[in-house]
Amino acid sequence: MTDHRDYQGAKMGMWLFLFTEILLFGGLFVLYSVTLGRFPAEFHQASQLLDVTMGTTNTVILITSSLFAALAVTALQKGNAKLAQIFIALTIAFACGFLVIKYFEWTHKFHVGIYPGSPDIADWAPGKQAFFSLYFAMTGLHGIHVVIGMAVLSWVSWLIRVGKCTPEYFVALENAGLYWHLVDLIWIYLFPLYYLIT
Amino acid sequence: MVVSQGFMAPGDKSWVREWLFTIDHKRIGMLYLWSILAFFVVGVFLGLLIRLELFSPGRDLIGPQVYNAVFTLHGVIMIFLVVIPSIPAAFGNLFLPLQLGAEDVAFPRLNMFSFWLYVIGGAIALTSLFTGGGAPDTGWTFYVPFSAVTTTNVSVAVLGVFVLGFSSILTGLNFIVTIHRLRAPGLKWRRLTLFAWALYATAWIQVLATPILSITVVLIAIERLLGMGIFDPARGGDPILYQHLFWIYSHPAVYIMILPAMGVISDIIPVFCRKPIFGYKTIVGSSLAIAFAGSLVWAHHMFVSGMSDTAVMVFSLLTFVVAVPSAIKVFNWVSTLYKGSIRPEPPLIYGLGFIFLFAMGGITGLVLGSAGTDMHVHDTYFVVGHFHYVIFGGTGFGMFAAIHYWFPKMYGRMYNKKQANIAAGLLLVGINGLYFPMYLLGLAGMPRRYYDYLPQFTELHRLSTYGSWFTFAGLALMIYNLIRSRYHGAPVGRNPWQAATLEWTLPSPPPSHNFDVEPVVTHGPYAFSEVRDDD
Repeated sequence: MTDHRDYQGAKMGMWLFLFTEILLFGGLFVLYSVTLGRFPAEFHQASQLLDVTMGTTNTVILITSSLFAALAVTALQKGNAKLAQIFIALTIAFACGFLVIKYFEWTHKFHVGIYPGSPDIADWAPGKQAFFSLYFAMTGLHGIHVVIGMAVLSWVSWLIRVGKCTPEYFVALENAGLYWHLVDLIWIYLFPLYYLIT
Repeated sequence: MVVSQGFMAPGDKSWVREWLFTIDHKRIGMLYLWSILAFFVVGVFLGLLIRLELFSPGRDLIGPQVYNAVFTLHGVIMIFLVVIPSIPAAFGNLFLPLQLGAEDVAFPRLNMFSFWLYVIGGAIALTSLFTGGGAPDTGWTFYVPFSAVTTTNVSVAVLGVFVLGFSSILTGLNFIVTIHRLRAPGLKWRRLTLFAWALYATAWIQVLATPILSITVVLIAIERLLGMGIFDPARGGDPILYQHLFWIYSHPAVYIMILPAMGVISDIIPVFCRKPIFGYKTIVGSSLAIAFAGSLVWAHHMFVSGMSDTAVMVFSLLTFVVAVPSAIKVFNWVSTLYKGSIRPEPPLIYGLGFIFLFAMGGITGLVLGSAGTDMHVHDTYFVVGHFHYVIFGGTGFGMFAAIHYWFPKMYGRMYNKKQANIAAGLLLVGINGLYFPMYLLGLAGMPRRYYDYLPQFTELHRLSTYGSWFTFAGLALMIYNLIRSRYHGAPVGRNPWQAATLEWTLPSPPPSHNFDVEPVVTHGPYAFSEVRDDD
């Protein structure tokens, strides 16, 4: 097996994979829109139970991490592997920050009895329950993607260290960056849908 | 004559490393082929068990709970482990790069990863039988609300399906990039084999439809584990939404099952008629049209689920639309046969069987696609007969045709042609005997999935069970013949069928590195005047 390198092919594969991720979340967005159409008032009430400050902070954190990911790609393209690794580390650190805030948000909700199948919310209006079912499903799935993205970025950082991802052939980092932008993008849709609907 | 070993020759590493961690597309294809055939045998025995239980009214062999588990397993194994990966994962991996003149697929390691996901997904699905509250009893569709409340092991089974879906997505993604990037010089899109075109259309469905199934089964799992309530009306959910999400994948999945088989048939028929295929461009166009239109018809499974009349009419119309490209293909195959110099070799016999059985299944699909008649036969044995004609008669026969067509290339040996033809005959008799009575049962009102039935259905159920024995005999003979010939068949040269596609220019079996010199393609895949008779 010769060392097969196909920049175009690798990019194409990644974009196709990103399509499948969008479709994966797409199923949930369809559920969201149908349920919202059915219970607009309940969604409005339920949304007020979410903490907009924490949500906004997380949005800023995630957008900033996406900037670091983009800077890492540019740094490597310009030949500075060290700087690229620093930017990757910053991306991962911000991702950790995102998850920590998410953790506080979720534990607070659990604490006041808001979680799927909770007895405290069993007598709520169906629309309010549906709002939180979808909230936990979608932000939970997004959270898993944040963790996967962190793992992928760490792996690429290791690839740079052992010289398998280089200024000459940087597609692994570029693809990891694309993945991270997607994770960021999905959150940018989730944030207004859950925290800001009125 | 000593048969060369080609890519199957033992190397210097251990057997396990060489096969299970191979990144050679041909070996991965063989691994898929063997695993799929193994699961197929399991599925066949489960199917036989169902038929035996239904031999007469009342209890024959197994109780109702076991019966529910058996038909669910039969469905899950056959759909997710056998039919969906059958031709694309096995023969696509084996022959797509060869037909393109490529060294391997675009992402060889990802390919190995897909195979491992297939194995892991299969293992998880099988684990669900023996652990937890017993084998799932929901049917392969996992419909809510039952799947959300049953105490059987549905969560594990859907996890297996999720992993298998991931494997399917990655295979599709790999094929799309391979076809775009790795065609040999001169291999323009118009010179691509029709098998490659069919895989290309299939791959797009795999990539675009499967994620929806993934999210749907994830939702089933969290519904069960966390009491989510997304499909529970009491908590603001909607069970009809589950059906929409399920079928928006699972209907296109039907075309993942049938398109590659159509590709195989389109490759085989010209070779055994010594004629270029009639209407190459229409076949390509119809493959893409099926992939596109097939994604718009999912709700024809839901005519009685409570949709608006407008939706029913629209989906009924779209279902009729998708029949057009399928029919175009049948006409093209028949036109290719017309005035051809026909050699009735086993691959062609299986191919003709495919056309007949697929037409039987396809035409009854229109009965189900018209809302009026569907109301009458919805969820009856008519549906069972229809999809078995399409899936076993269509995809299954396509798979058998592919095995018989490429067997000499894979092993460098020829099977016993007479036995192969007898097996095909037995299968044709068996499949018609097995599934035609189901049409009559369905029209008479016998519901599907029932453990017991009224005495007036006994005759037809018996007939169907007799058919299953013929089918089994045909399969047994076919598999015996292939296994025996793998070791004792007569050695053959490069091109026993005098076919014109690139894989036949290589030795049989092909060497590990495929082409010594990158081939330059100067003509289309069915230009038989260019074929050198070196066999």
